[in-house]
Amino acid sequence: MMRSKSALALLASVATCVGALAATAQTVYVSNERSNDITIIDHATMEVIDTIPVGQRPRGLNLSHDGKYLYILASDDDTVQVMDTETRQIIHNLPSGPDPELGVLHPSGDVLYVANEDDNLVTAIDVHNRRILAEIPVGIEPEGMGVSPDGRVVVNTSETTNMAHFIDTESFEIFANILVDSRPRFAEFTSDGSLLYVSAEIGGTVSVIDPSVPEIIHKITFEIPGIPPEAIQPVGVRVSSDGSKVFVALGPSNRVARVNGETFEVEKYYLVGQRVWQLYFTPDEKFVYSTNGISNDVSVIDVERDEVIKSIQVGQLPWGVVIADH
Amino acid sequence: MKIKTWLCASALACAGFAATAVPAIASDAVRAAVLRVEHPRPLPISRLDLPPDDLGFAGGRVGTSDNATTGQFLNQVFETDYVSVPPEDAGDAMEALIADGYQFIVTMADAPTLLELADAAQDRALLFNATAPDNELRNVECRANVVHPGLSRGMQADALAQFLVFKRWTRWFLIEGSHPRDTAMADAYRAAAEKFGARIVEARVFEDTGGARRTDSGHVQVQAQLPVFTQRAREHDVVILADESQVFAAHMPYHTWDARPVAGSAGLRPVIWHPAQEAWGGTQLHTRFTRQIGREMREEDYAVWLAMRILGEAATRSGSQDFTTMRDAILGGGLEFAGFKGQAMTLRDWDHQIRQPVVLAADNIVVSVSPQDEFLHQFSPLDTLGTDRPETGCNK
Repeated sequence: MMRSKSALALLASVATCVGALAATAQTVYVSNERSNDITIIDHATMEVIDTIPVGQRPRGLNLSHDGKYLYILASDDDTVQVMDTETRQIIHNLPSGPDPELGVLHPSGDVLYVANEDDNLVTAIDVHNRRILAEIPVGIEPEGMGVSPDGRVVVNTSETTNMAHFIDTESFEIFANILVDSRPRFAEFTSDGSLLYVSAEIGGTVSVIDPSVPEIIHKITFEIPGIPPEAIQPVGVRVSSDGSKVFVALGPSNRVARVNGETFEVEKYYLVGQRVWQLYFTPDEKFVYSTNGISNDVSVIDVERDEVIKSIQVGQLPWGVVIADH
Repeated sequence: MKIKTWLCASALACAGFAATAVPAIASDAVRAAVLRVEHPRPLPISRLDLPPDDLGFAGGRVGTSDNATTGQFLNQVFETDYVSVPPEDAGDAMEALIADGYQFIVTMADAPTLLELADAAQDRALLFNATAPDNELRNVECRANVVHPGLSRGMQADALAQFLVFKRWTRWFLIEGSHPRDTAMADAYRAAAEKFGARIVEARVFEDTGGARRTDSGHVQVQAQLPVFTQRAREHDVVILADESQVFAAHMPYHTWDARPVAGSAGLRPVIWHPAQEAWGGTQLHTRFTRQIGREMREEDYAVWLAMRILGEAATRSGSQDFTTMRDAILGGGLEFAGFKGQAMTLRDWDHQIRQPVVLAADNIVVSVSPQDEFLHQFSPLDTLGTDRPETGCNK
């Protein structure tokens, strides 16, 4: 997760605010699960600068902490591809187990945890030595992956078992399970580790979990005038580094919600493209990108102006998104 | 696989139990059974449609595995028994199951058999009707101890009608079979046409004259006869087939007199599930199913699987394996079921039908999924399919 705020990045965003084009690059990577490629967007211009063909059905994306490597979870190729962000070449693959969908990189930067959707496993991969460290049996259709900032706990959600599984990263064993609402898709810790957000696509809620117990302390619900409740399907969740703003992608309701990180009240719904899946902050946290699965575009939310400022056409069926600060 | 072909195992079981004989087995497991009643049916027209021996049971097995995976985190155990019986033995088989503590019973039976079972079981069992599509079971003949995970004829007809009206193919040439269930399906299409603004411009009955379904002469007579049968129909956009008995429908595409698409019992079919339905995580269910069973998941398998998942959800959410607690959780209507069709499925409190999307499939591909966005509803778009609350004839 990118949380560092360099002076350069701040400067760049000031420049963006006054309408000039920033000189410092923030690079957006979008996986397109149908066209089997990665769209690269220069955030400064908000234009597509490159499209890189990759393996089949790329979904989850993760960046190495230095931003040098992009981990691409190519679900139908049963592998994690590693792209050098400098040369934009695939340099090698990581053994991932079958059907990797979403991953999370340990704060050490050494271990990538991926959910093997078809195999009821979470696989821990040593990204340097390219070997599997552990396969952890979890519930059915594992998907969401979160890691505590201290690196001690990895949380996986399983879509059919409807649980968040808490995995000890020392022993690679599950030590707690929390039942959440139907089809949990995503797990996201706050940067201080005090809260964990877990979205439930079919349940239509986001559970706020105190991970120290662990227990659910609140359930966020959503209501959008004119949209049937069945269409409000929370998927991707991102929390600002101060914990105050929680952005939730709401699937076929074509909305992203902004939730207050203290009161857990929904404060705003942004209209984005169709079937919004995943979200990512720019490193300066001034913008949020959303991948819109059906409309083949990404939407850019300007957090300060509090509105959607642009849609950018990408490949077919965009799914994952990450943003590097160079 | 453990398939128990029903024999009168013990004299006691066959003697029949009094209604008060509620089993006193501690709820150390969620015990469910799939009771498949073997009604004599003619073979399908195509050998590709021949039913596999484990039809329905396979869905029970995969659903039970799904439940067990979740159960291991909650110390819950799921045991499922599989029983295949001729119609005359269905009642005894159910009594034996109840006596053994199997109080959740998924039935694959026709409507009369289901009603006999439900009336005999009273509050000693909760039945899940996987395969009887009769609208009456959701209306005048509804029962308090029956849940319907399978589709009704009304839901199937409404799902197809919405799509055809969306296409502006509103002039229908309806061809129905000559058996009562074909008539019932045709009635559902007549009601759907009226509900969604289509017109039946021509209706004909295809008489079943009996005989073998497959012969060495193959398509030769079909090619000569079906065009003539469909000749000189009033101007229509689409041919709708109501042939649950599978007498002629499979032959109809490409043999109509006019060049028109075919829908209903062949061509574009409204189904509860289809092996090509990959959206909303469907791929995962197919993968699990084919890995465990070794074939594709059929409609009957899905309906039984869904019944199992309803039990799993009830056990998980209520935190109990107790029959009464789980039954009340299911019938209470507060549970949501995820069935890989894009939205939560729930129980209609007025007739115990599981509200759910309907897949419209043709050959090897999903064409659409209803309800269509264009049809609005004040409560749930899913209630545009089948008998809605204001129309219900159910007084359970």
